[in-house]
Amino acid sequence: MFGVYVHVPFCAHRCDYCDFATWTDRAHLIDEYVDACVEDLQRRVANGQPDAASVFFGGGTPSLLEADKLVRILDAIPRTAGAEVTVECNPDSVDAAKFAAYRRGGVTRLSFGVQSMRPHVLAALGRTHDPANVQRAVALARDAGFAHVSIDLIYGTPGETMDDWRATLDSAIALGVDHISAYALTVEPATPLGLAVAAGERPAPDDDDQADKYAFADDTLSAAGFEWYEVSNWALPGHECRHNRCYWDGSEYVGIGAAAHGFTGGRRWWNTRTPERYIARIADGPDAVTGDEVLAPAARVEEAFGLALRTRSGATVGRAAAPVIGQLASAGLLTVEEDRIVLTRPGRLLASDLTARLLLAGAPG
Amino acid sequence: MTALDHIRCLSIIAHIDHGKSTLADRLLELTGAVSARDMRAQYLDSMDLERERGITIKAQNVRLEYKGFVINLIDTPGHVDFGYEVSRSLAACEGVILLVDASQGIEAQTLANCYQAMEHDLTIVAALNKIDLPAAEPERRAAEIERVLGIPAEELLHISAKTGEGVAELLDAVIERIPAPKGDVDAPTQALIFDSYYDPYRGVVSAVRVFNGALRSGAKLRYVQARQDHDAEEIGVRLPVPTPVATLGPGEVGYLVAGIKEVGQAKVGETVTDANRPASALEGYRDPKPMVFCGLYPVEGDDYADLRDALEKLRLNDSSVTYDPETSGALGFGFRCGFLGLLHMEIVRERLEREYDLALVATAPNVEYRVVRLDGSVEVIDNPSSMPPLNEVTAIEEPYVTVILLTPTDYVGTLMELSQQRRGVLDKMEYLSEDRVELVYLLPLGEIVTDFFDQMKSRTRGYASLDYEPAGYRASDLVKVDVLLNNTPVDAFSAIVHRDKAYDYGRKMTQKLRELIPRQLFDVPIQAAVGGRIVARETVKAKRKDVLAKCYGGDITRKRKLLERQKEGKRRMKQIGSVEVPQEAFVAALRLDE
Repeated sequence: MFGVYVHVPFCAHRCDYCDFATWTDRAHLIDEYVDACVEDLQRRVANGQPDAASVFFGGGTPSLLEADKLVRILDAIPRTAGAEVTVECNPDSVDAAKFAAYRRGGVTRLSFGVQSMRPHVLAALGRTHDPANVQRAVALARDAGFAHVSIDLIYGTPGETMDDWRATLDSAIALGVDHISAYALTVEPATPLGLAVAAGERPAPDDDDQADKYAFADDTLSAAGFEWYEVSNWALPGHECRHNRCYWDGSEYVGIGAAAHGFTGGRRWWNTRTPERYIARIADGPDAVTGDEVLAPAARVEEAFGLALRTRSGATVGRAAAPVIGQLASAGLLTVEEDRIVLTRPGRLLASDLTARLLLAGAPG
Repeated sequence: MTALDHIRCLSIIAHIDHGKSTLADRLLELTGAVSARDMRAQYLDSMDLERERGITIKAQNVRLEYKGFVINLIDTPGHVDFGYEVSRSLAACEGVILLVDASQGIEAQTLANCYQAMEHDLTIVAALNKIDLPAAEPERRAAEIERVLGIPAEELLHISAKTGEGVAELLDAVIERIPAPKGDVDAPTQALIFDSYYDPYRGVVSAVRVFNGALRSGAKLRYVQARQDHDAEEIGVRLPVPTPVATLGPGEVGYLVAGIKEVGQAKVGETVTDANRPASALEGYRDPKPMVFCGLYPVEGDDYADLRDALEKLRLNDSSVTYDPETSGALGFGFRCGFLGLLHMEIVRERLEREYDLALVATAPNVEYRVVRLDGSVEVIDNPSSMPPLNEVTAIEEPYVTVILLTPTDYVGTLMELSQQRRGVLDKMEYLSEDRVELVYLLPLGEIVTDFFDQMKSRTRGYASLDYEPAGYRASDLVKVDVLLNNTPVDAFSAIVHRDKAYDYGRKMTQKLRELIPRQLFDVPIQAAVGGRIVARETVKAKRKDVLAKCYGGDITRKRKLLERQKEGKRRMKQIGSVEVPQEAFVAALRLDE
């Protein structure tokens, strides 16, 4: 499977927790930026880029682009029949016309940044949308004929009670979407939230609270027919996001646009971070790559192991780590399925620790 | 050789900061021993550590010439840990200058050293220093000295070592009042070693005072206590620049180099005589015994061999340090080391870290216990983890010390409270003046080696001083407190404490560890136990979340770097049973000052 990620680094408003490459004051660059993305793609296609089985427009706020501009970029990406094409949307910046244009242009899947359905939690995250917009946006999506709609949620925001989280999950399920990603709020240092936490002005999220909410989410979503397929992702059976899988199963993908990452030919690489520089680099040709690393075989094995262990498929293991695996299994942190290990719910919450432990024990098989 | 009646041998007794080194500087200048051009502050303090801490660790000596007299100035170590060395320095003197800060007044250690000087029948020439300072109260301080030492106030000299005022008069008084040495140049040679240090190029260099006979360059010398003979390679005097001489006669002080490779062969208190015509040993030799013990471990296990080498080298220069290999389940391979006292311990540790570039973990210091077994046999224990179970023991004895505390009257209450908390028994309380008090307590040494000194200083804002001397062993109701991590005892945290304090120690240690030990995959109970009974318990709750929320395109590289760090962190953990403890947690838990 081959994927294309397109980064749209523009937002109407920046959320307090966000450390992505995105800007609120560069809308005047949009036309040049779209041109640069198209140019970047055309050169790559001319150099033999394979047909994409999945395309993902992320951001930033891709839905901030006028639909025809987004479709112009999409048109530059040769795709396999039945390719998955996802666009991340802000519930505030969508309407029926935009969705209809997306559909005509080949978009198959929408992903809404919802985060919470409780206004005080949204305020604590520095988000502005009205939860009612979410219902409206999802209804518009369905009306436009989108069978695949995903929403992103954030849990464990300081000030969010378990009742708040329950209300958010219940509303999310009631939306009738087929895919839900739920992320523990993570404090990144160079964000308004990170600075406030470091200065002691705002509390940091609590690990135990987040662990409780994760368990609650897993129970609630399972009861509603969703199945986890990665630490932070749940879907109705058969509705997993194809693009996500390509990150975790070692497939190749290219990154288009500012700060986008790609993985091709055993090499991880990333584009220059700002839209101005991206535009300038593409004008100078041949590409906008600013850094890369070629993984040694051992590092590749370890990376693949760590990624696989986060998924429902689990990771294959050899004999070397049998004692450690036995201990972790009896502690209820993983299950052994033939030559694979799969993390249990408590194990998923400890995936980083367990990965390090298993790698030190020589687990990859 | 100088005629006996034209020699004076003396020490300066003074508290830290009372101006001893500055006075020594003035004497060097006044007698022309060091020109003003070559002068640097605290000329005789040679170790970096000494200058930094403003104290003298190793005694230096210098020969001054003044008005036709030879004045041998013998420096004494300035700290309670080095009481034996002080006594040997005093044994080389006929008198002392007692130097007291005219604003601070006499301090405990000075007093203790003065008492020692009196026991040696030395003449005391007392001087109040720093009389140029506005805070000086010479009359009051003189009255105190008269009261406590019986030295008439009118005999006291008033000087300023800083400006030089009164220093010449002080030298005159020294010549006039301190008796000339006695000795017989024709008798068999007896010379006292009062200091030895190791010089990497010359071997051991000893400071000596001749009592009878003469030391001659090239002669075959006998070291009486060490039972060894060595050739006198070089004999000399310090002017203060070392200057070889052919002979040192009675009453003379100088240095001796005899091709000796470690100071343990030329210990302080040793008698040097002529191998062909040996005399008996001088009185007062003692093998200084370590009083305080701790385990020293390299932070990095790989540094064990380096630590061993460093200790070996250090011992060439300081025979009072003892060390034996020991193994700790928690800390790995290290050494159980013995020291003369707390300062000595700190100095040795600092020298090992500084001069040998080692990072060390030190266990909490402890004293040496005498354990009486059921069959009446006595075992000496210098490591809490070797304490036998209480039901195999009839008594545990611990060393006591007599502690002299001198304090402004305002702090008597708080010092009495501190001493009582530390199981002290008041022996004596005496007013030196209306605002200063001498308290004498009998205290277990084990209570002093923790943080008594720091507590005393902080409770009295630095105004109190203390000195102590051994007062034998006594039976106490002592117990061993074990600290268990996930039901596994951790030897490095065991302590022997009085039964009444076991709970307190256990509670503090378990609380501290709860904060220091990172959460694990399971709940970790931390318990303190006395003889199998749990006296305190804390729990490090199981870690429940350690996972990246997002792991998409750009997160993958970041995740792998995080994973590398996490693996490295796990490698550096010490495994106690199934609990992973970072090395830093041991260092922090064993730190005394919290």
